[in-house]
Amino acid sequence: MSITEILFWFLTVLALGGAVLVVASRNPVYSILWLIVVFFAISGHYILLNAQFLSIVNIIVYAGAIMVLFLFVVMLMNLNAESEPPRRNNLIFASLVSGCSLMLVIIGALRSSEEFIKSNKVLAGGEAGLIKVLGKTLFNEYVIPFEISSVLFLSAMIGAVVIARKEQ
Amino acid sequence: MLLTIEWPVVLEKLILIIIVVSGSLVIAMYTTFAERKVAAVIQDRRGPNRAGPFGLLQPLADGLKLFFKEEIIPSFSNKALFILGPCLAMLTAMMTGAVIPWGSSVHLFDRTISLQIADINIGVLFVFGVVSMGVYGIMIGGWASNNKYSLLGGLRAASQIISYELPMGITMIALLMVTGTLSLNEMVVQQQQTMWNFCYQPLGFLIFLICAFAECNRTPFDLPEAENELIGGYHTEYSSMKLGFFLFAEYINMFISSAVMATLFFGGYDIIPFYDESAWGLSQNTMAILGTLALLVKIGFFLFLFMWVRWTIPRFRYDQLMNLGWKILLPLSLVNMLGTGAVILLKQNGWHF
Repeated sequence: MSITEILFWFLTVLALGGAVLVVASRNPVYSILWLIVVFFAISGHYILLNAQFLSIVNIIVYAGAIMVLFLFVVMLMNLNAESEPPRRNNLIFASLVSGCSLMLVIIGALRSSEEFIKSNKVLAGGEAGLIKVLGKTLFNEYVIPFEISSVLFLSAMIGAVVIARKEQ
Repeated sequence: MLLTIEWPVVLEKLILIIIVVSGSLVIAMYTTFAERKVAAVIQDRRGPNRAGPFGLLQPLADGLKLFFKEEIIPSFSNKALFILGPCLAMLTAMMTGAVIPWGSSVHLFDRTISLQIADINIGVLFVFGVVSMGVYGIMIGGWASNNKYSLLGGLRAASQIISYELPMGITMIALLMVTGTLSLNEMVVQQQQTMWNFCYQPLGFLIFLICAFAECNRTPFDLPEAENELIGGYHTEYSSMKLGFFLFAEYINMFISSAVMATLFFGGYDIIPFYDESAWGLSQNTMAILGTLALLVKIGFFLFLFMWVRWTIPRFRYDQLMNLGWKILLPLSLVNMLGTGAVILLKQNGWHF
């Protein structure tokens, strides 16, 4: 086993184990902390794929900003294992069905993309994730979707401000 | 062979890591001493002068005192997270040192050794990633204490750090437009050849400096531990060396953010601005050592600035803090970014409108 393979399996076990613990933890603060671990493991995978930019942005945005806000809200609401409402069976059943169908869709998507990955040597080359390549691709090939998504973000931000000011 | 690893590289990096980690610990230790001395000078006192000559052993005595104090874990606290909090604070404080270029390269044992642990091509973003992680130690510690004051301190720290990360990030974008690279080492090399980035981005530096004060929870932004409102803030329930870790992490953060500011805006290990030092004809190793010393002098100046401000300016109120962050610094940094972009565009077009 090469060192990359060892790291890959370590990160995979960490990501999957963390993801299971996110769902299994009774205390919502623990769930969030495990979710942060999962994000770190996924960032590690990105680094193994030589996508350094993606990995660090994943940490800054998800683990650094969004999870802090999650933690913030949970800490303020003071959710505890004792105050948790009893789980209803039909709710568990519904979430099981939706989770399994999502898994089917993902497995289907992965199976159909297998051929694509094999035929596409650019992905295996390992340069695609570096910031120079990524920036040039984003601002040449995908400039219109990129700009449209930025407008979408701006409108979402304005919407958040409007909702927050409604009380006054 | 199972694992093929280049042992000399591993050894070289390991030694460098040990030097950087222990170096920042020792410097942080003596920063606490310097802070008390500076405070004493500003308040017309003598400061600590009992332990050792000129009180130089005072930090050791402080550390020993903290180690020997009784360790109290409150019975209603969340024990695992209560211990995790200060550990995380220390861990994130030490991590940024990995990407800072502490000097140019030295030539030893027929090898050229770079004085930077990891020259990754996303160096600046790594710094931001670690900074955004820094809040977890305080938040987790504050929440796990199961004390209202601690929780409020932790939440204040979180909202403060998130608010000031935004203008900090936007000033960084302006700086990146000027330098065109994310690698910290390349930035320093560029500044050696032309001028320090401070000349291009004076407003950016000012905003960055204010944000760095806020990110380190230093006065006038030390609301998370405002003792007249929150007793001790997030570390109210902490005692012994766990408290020491929280306090110590603050000083390491100060040291590292001084190093980041010196690297980004003041030429890093460049010795004299607007001057080509290679004209001195000194050997590579001597130049590297002189460069590291120059960086340490710059860091020392910033550390002094941190203390100077702490003992001169009173603490903000919380709404003033938020107003400053969102209503002044954020628009200012946006203006700075747009202005920088416009100037760069004009320059590329040969100053034609």
